Amino acid sequence: MTRSGFTTRLVALIRKETRQMLRDRSNLIVGLLLPIGLILVFGFGISFDVKDARLTVVMEDSSPIARDAVAGLQGSAYLAPVWVKSMAEAEHLILAGKTDAILRVPSDFSRRLAAGNGQLQLLLNGVDSNTASTIEGYVNGALSLPVQQQADRGGNKPEGAASVVIVQRIWFNEANESTWYLVPGLIVLVMTLIGAFLTSLLVAREWERGTLEALFVTPVRPLELVISKLAPYLAVGAIDLMMCVLAAKFLFQVPIRGSLVAIIVASLLYLMVSLLLGLFISGATRSQFAASQLALLTSFMPAMMLSGFVFDLRNVPVVIQGISQMLPATHFMGLIKTLFMAGDYWPDIIRTCAILTIYVVVLIAATRRSLRKKLD
Amino acid sequence: MSDDATVLLNGLRKTFDGPDGGTVIAIDGISMAVRAGELTALVGPDGAGKTTLMRMFAGLLKPDAGSLRVLGIDVVTDPQSVQDRISYMPQRFGLYEDLSVQENLDLYADLHGVPQEARRERFARMLEMTDLTHFTARPAGKLSGGMKQKLGLACTLVRSPDLLLLDEPSVGVDPLSRRDLWKIVQQLIDQEHLSVIVSTAYMDEAERCAQVFVMNNGRLLADGAPDNLRTSARGLTFTATPPGGMPARELQARLIDAPDLIIDAVPAGGSVRFIRQPEADPARLNGLLHDASCEPRPEELEDAFMMLLRQHHEGESAGAAAVPPATEAVTRRTDGARDEPVIIVRDLVRKFGDFIAVASTSFDVARGEIFGLLGPNGAGKTTTFRMLCGLLPATSGRLEVAGLNLRTARAQARARIGYVSQKFALYGNLTVRDNLEFFGGAYGLRGKALKARVEASLAQFALDPAAQSGILPAGYKQRLAMATGLLHEPDILFLDEPTSGIDPLARRAFWRTITALAKSGVTIIITTHFMEEAEYCDRIAIQDAGQMLALGTPQEVREQAGENTTDMNGAFIAIVEQARAQRETREAAA
Repeated sequence: MTRSGFTTRLVALIRKETRQMLRDRSNLIVGLLLPIGLILVFGFGISFDVKDARLTVVMEDSSPIARDAVAGLQGSAYLAPVWVKSMAEAEHLILAGKTDAILRVPSDFSRRLAAGNGQLQLLLNGVDSNTASTIEGYVNGALSLPVQQQADRGGNKPEGAASVVIVQRIWFNEANESTWYLVPGLIVLVMTLIGAFLTSLLVAREWERGTLEALFVTPVRPLELVISKLAPYLAVGAIDLMMCVLAAKFLFQVPIRGSLVAIIVASLLYLMVSLLLGLFISGATRSQFAASQLALLTSFMPAMMLSGFVFDLRNVPVVIQGISQMLPATHFMGLIKTLFMAGDYWPDIIRTCAILTIYVVVLIAATRRSLRKKLD
Repeated sequence: MSDDATVLLNGLRKTFDGPDGGTVIAIDGISMAVRAGELTALVGPDGAGKTTLMRMFAGLLKPDAGSLRVLGIDVVTDPQSVQDRISYMPQRFGLYEDLSVQENLDLYADLHGVPQEARRERFARMLEMTDLTHFTARPAGKLSGGMKQKLGLACTLVRSPDLLLLDEPSVGVDPLSRRDLWKIVQQLIDQEHLSVIVSTAYMDEAERCAQVFVMNNGRLLADGAPDNLRTSARGLTFTATPPGGMPARELQARLIDAPDLIIDAVPAGGSVRFIRQPEADPARLNGLLHDASCEPRPEELEDAFMMLLRQHHEGESAGAAAVPPATEAVTRRTDGARDEPVIIVRDLVRKFGDFIAVASTSFDVARGEIFGLLGPNGAGKTTTFRMLCGLLPATSGRLEVAGLNLRTARAQARARIGYVSQKFALYGNLTVRDNLEFFGGAYGLRGKALKARVEASLAQFALDPAAQSGILPAGYKQRLAMATGLLHEPDILFLDEPTSGIDPLARRAFWRTITALAKSGVTIIITTHFMEEAEYCDRIAIQDAGQMLALGTPQEVREQAGENTTDMNGAFIAIVEQARAQRETREAAA
């Protein structure tokens, strides 16, 4: 077949796919509106930061020294302290779910502090352990340092020993804002979404409607089908990528410390992997229902749970770690977070892009095979 | 074999994995040669292997054994070279419903590499032939069934191929669209000397072909020109006319119940066309015909085909599918006069938004009558049908079924009716007995009554209670569906396209059951797209565009259609066309 035959057919097929994509409103919703929704939900709605945590302070010791010790609480942006007189009252509040933590200043606090052995009791509502440990950090940070140390060590400090001052600093995400790492991760999620929800339907739909049978008996080649189905969705993915990067930069003020080119190249590579995986599943299952279920299970869910988007992968069992290492999403997730917040680390960039390229090549071959012109 | 063969196959064999885990032989060692420049037909009942063969010709399926050359090329090793030169229209033609008529045409023209200059002339001609010139901007999904089929053909023919494969182009298409479709194919053959292979279940279509291959169960039964094939039925074909007052279907039932004398019998034009067994004893035959007058008639391809099927069927061990179930076992209460109407429809209207699906329709159906609803696709017959069995509320009008008003007493009315849907609506992974027991329970039967009804149904329809329902042959599935619909001994049985997808022998057996049921007092309402089946009905209604165009006995409908109409197909076309012409003049005048 001549080159011009290839080009004519490819242009015709891409035109057809683009028209079909634009005419189906559900594509628009999933391809453009859903990413916008996700950006807003993850950017504004979901955050692992706790703001205005409800802290009940029980002042059993009302001396000026004790007041001084806990004065720092008032200045914290993360805490909204409520002052009560008795422990019973505080316990009632925590039971009723009206407070997240109780800080108890015992009646002998100022006396023991003078003796170098001041103790405060922090009771946390462990129903939500994530929030509990976050609040613990805030309270510790807000209390004046000597008191903090004493509270930390629970009075084990030998008398007369010098106080050790720990100065904490968090690198790369100085404000410890969870938006900073959620928004780059969102790029992974959105790229995965297009593959899982849109391209996974493409080939199966043609099988179900019987259009593929007619298409097969034309000079069309399998590779042309693969490319033509990829192209329009690659464009949609690029638009989504742009939206994510712009939202990260201007809406959420996430720093972009790595090179923008590296972010774009790596993202487009991952987008290709995601789209091809959807196409491959679609061609292999030949049923829209099965394809979308399988795509959801094999790409979107793992990208959400196992890529390190939310959960730290070092804490999971070895088997799960092994599985997560097989996911292209895991590699891309690590890279994109580094690129946004830490900067260019070339060995990592090259390694991840190489892995993604291998996925692209393998998946193109597999999809092409699933579209070889046979009905059995 | 000859060198000018466009398709040449030798010992071709193809098997599939069956639903029960076994192997299904779809094509069982077929050898044949299709000549170039001719119109060739693959004829056979559903499941004969026609589609499998077509797909192998197109290089879409790989044979398990044997050789296959298309246009001199080995399809198995080089399918692409064949696909570059042929055009193929699959049964469900692959139109992109969200693309317009023009965009569909452009796509296929681009894929086939039709040059721009050639395209303009070709498109204009295709659009004119298919009557789609005014619809180029309309999405394919918004076209009627017949128009879609024509557009499918146009897309297949964006260029003149070396070989055209049409897989059952007229299946599910009403007689009008079917006739138009064939006009297009015929024009192309005349003008471009195309080699065409068409698969079909319609004998009148096969009759147009130069060469016919008759298939059944993956085997080739016979081949030759229609004239040659016909000769096997020479001297055996007759028309019997029943004495005045006797419905043709009663005579037909008598004849078809004597398989040792009669090969086949069908009602047609108020008479019965039958084929006698070559060695039938004339005295016994006369005794069977009794008071019916009998005339010889010229043999047709259909006759030869039925003979081949019957012989082939007897050759295969089964035999059971053709034998009508023991319908004599049916005994029914016959309270009330036979002429008292059990269905009364007055000014029935159904609208979907602005669209009038059924416009002011009135008719009655008497007890024990077989009432047929006919019409082109989208005519409103399914809507009417659904309103009658209470599945769809009417927009306005009166609707009484078994003396009950469907608007106020739908549940009670439902208990008096049985319904057999077009699709197999039973549980495929349950056994025959499980299905019967479940549906019996759903109709409120239990204990001994249920057991007795299930046993009676199994016997009446000759069903194996332990068989898994999903893997029964189509004819048996149809019987099971009927048995289920009749479990609660309804007064009225509704059947929606019951005979589509089952072979002619099973259809004969099916109709034998229906006529026996009607005789026992059950009222039958049936839709069908096989026009000749209207001959079994006492009365038929023809609908088009929501309007009732004709209502009466088959004889009355034929008379309404005009002097020279003898067959139902012709009557149908004439009536629908007359009505459409009237509507156009009315619209032009308005």
